[in-house]
Amino acid sequence: MRHTLSVLVENNPGVLARVAGLFSRRGYNIDSLAVGRTENPDISRMTIVVEGDDRVLEQVVKQLRKLVDVIKVQDITSEQYVSRELLLLKVHADSNTRGEIMQIVEIFRARIVDIGPKTLTIEATGDEDKIEAIENALRPFGIKELVRTGKIALLRGSRTSNINGVKEEE
Amino acid sequence: MEITGAQALVKALEIEGVTTIFGYPGGAVVPLYDALSRSKIQHVLVRHEPGAIHAANGYARASGKVGVCVATSGPGATNLVTGIAAAYMDSVPVVVITGQVPTTMVGTDAFQEVDITGITMPITKHNFLVKNPADIPMVVKKAFYIASTGRPGPVLIDLPKDVAARTIDFKYPEKVEIRGYKPNLKGHPQKIAEAVKLIREAQRPVIIAGGGVIAANASQELYEFAVKAEIPVTNTLMGLTSFPQDSPLFLGMLGLHGTRYANLAVTECDVLIGLGVRFADRVTGELSGFAPKAKIIHIDVDPAEIGKNVRADVPIVGDVKNVLQEMLKQIEPQKHAEWLSQINTWKQEFPLKYEKDDFIKPQETIKLLGEKTTADTIIATDVGQHQMWTAQFYPFKKPRTFLTSGGLGCMGYGLPAAIGAAVAFRDKQVILITGDGSFQMNMGELATAREQNLSLKIILFVNKKLGMVKQLQEYYANKNYFGVDLGFVPDFVALAHAYGIPGRKITRPEEVDGALNEMLAHKGMYLLEVEISPEEKVLPMVLSGAPIGEAVDW
Repeated sequence: MRHTLSVLVENNPGVLARVAGLFSRRGYNIDSLAVGRTENPDISRMTIVVEGDDRVLEQVVKQLRKLVDVIKVQDITSEQYVSRELLLLKVHADSNTRGEIMQIVEIFRARIVDIGPKTLTIEATGDEDKIEAIENALRPFGIKELVRTGKIALLRGSRTSNINGVKEEE
Repeated sequence: MEITGAQALVKALEIEGVTTIFGYPGGAVVPLYDALSRSKIQHVLVRHEPGAIHAANGYARASGKVGVCVATSGPGATNLVTGIAAAYMDSVPVVVITGQVPTTMVGTDAFQEVDITGITMPITKHNFLVKNPADIPMVVKKAFYIASTGRPGPVLIDLPKDVAARTIDFKYPEKVEIRGYKPNLKGHPQKIAEAVKLIREAQRPVIIAGGGVIAANASQELYEFAVKAEIPVTNTLMGLTSFPQDSPLFLGMLGLHGTRYANLAVTECDVLIGLGVRFADRVTGELSGFAPKAKIIHIDVDPAEIGKNVRADVPIVGDVKNVLQEMLKQIEPQKHAEWLSQINTWKQEFPLKYEKDDFIKPQETIKLLGEKTTADTIIATDVGQHQMWTAQFYPFKKPRTFLTSGGLGCMGYGLPAAIGAAVAFRDKQVILITGDGSFQMNMGELATAREQNLSLKIILFVNKKLGMVKQLQEYYANKNYFGVDLGFVPDFVALAHAYGIPGRKITRPEEVDGALNEMLAHKGMYLLEVEISPEEKVLPMVLSGAPIGEAVDW
């Protein structure tokens, strides 16, 4: 099963290497990892999507918590949360297909952000399903380049997962 | 007051109570050595960097204090790597200081540059690359705090040469607060109550006491609890010395080369209490056959150890000492006469033994040594057959008297670790038990020991084989012995003489008693070379893939 972890880390050099190294050396599979600064410039948030059964996930969470630079680890998979990915996609487009592509972009509430003689560059945000869908919809036209950010997520409502209080341990 | 970064580092070490550093200098640590020369801290110059980290390890384990070692950048730092891994696997509190090329040259493949913080990330509890000299006091404070609290472990501080040379206004922090590091020391009351209830109802309980008991200084609590609840105790290799071996409740070591009765007791028990253990593969054997009838109570300060290898019915995250104190308050005296009588039957049926022949028996030698030494004697070993014979036959009585590389199984650990312990306790008897394979890995440290005027004793078993690997080849490679003959070994007694160390070689069983007496009576260092049979084996042995309840024996 795929789990979404929301991880607060010290914004120290090397922290990404510590986290990524932990996953590789213990044989855990990362589906995606997105990292950036939070409202507090000393702290970054990583949103990690990881594949594994409950036993593996328990170990992933515990091993992450052991890292001194990791402040808080939350498995939000079963929580109510909002998640987004950003997609930039360069698709082949000529005068015959341009109109159809623009319709697809409209349907997905995506945007055209650049235009070339034979290409369109499209920006889309959404959850994973939507991003998959738009990618599939545009594939027949010939995708020339594509980049995705990986998932970022926040809990819904007024609940937060910031650093108030200590790291949750068993 | 303005002082250099190097001076700040040394001053911070002094404030942390450091009195001894094991080290080896080089270009990148010239500023640091300059500062060190003006300090009261004693610098023990080793002969190869692995000696520095293993000595700091031995020092820490014997004394309970944080061990400190220093090496220069590049090869100095990489030579520490194996020893850092050994300290990490055995949860030994060590602070490692490495020099680094100047910050302006970091990343340019400069002379003697390696990314030692990158290299040691998976084998340190934490590490620091100091880029700003003003950070030095807080980094040292954090390093000692992280190394010595919770589950102890090595912490590395990488100090670039220019950072060591620049000046700062020194102020040492009084408190340390790390928001991502809060070891949970107090066990959960409800879980403790559940554990006590299980123990109260148990008919056939067993305690496995590991290295965590020694790290938590909880041997006294363990003894009181085991006696009060009348529960037999077995040790992991790392846990040896945590329980007095003359107690009738003691089962010896369990696992791969454990006693049959310890392994049978674990296999048949109905409640298993793991205290400061990580249920390593050398302890559990085939997992499906490990304690199959037992409810398992697992107490450890590291939450990640619980449920990692073995499912825990009652997980308790906390300091073993705290949890045991709480459990002691709650448990009433228990009796398990029937269970103890069953265990006694096993003890009589499957004792630790060895077969006599014309050779000196290493097991008998170690047993005899145990009769001649005091409870305070510190024993260090290397890795291999001699290590297992020592674990099986030496009668440890007090905590912190056994230094061995458990998790990493690092040959070459013994001599420097013994040096570390002997430097920590110059008045205590320290004895290294080693073999001709391991000893040759770091024997250059004999010079360090001599220079320090240590009165280290060395018992060197010589079979001209890498005996443990040979034994593995016997069982797992159809006796196709390859690469395990030490076709040439030096004249070790002559070698000792070259270092100004007296020694003697014995080959016949009747010489053992007198030779041990001579060695122990000698003031100063002494090397006793003991020739043993190349066919000698470590038994019992649980074969790969078998449950620990089944073992090959004599």
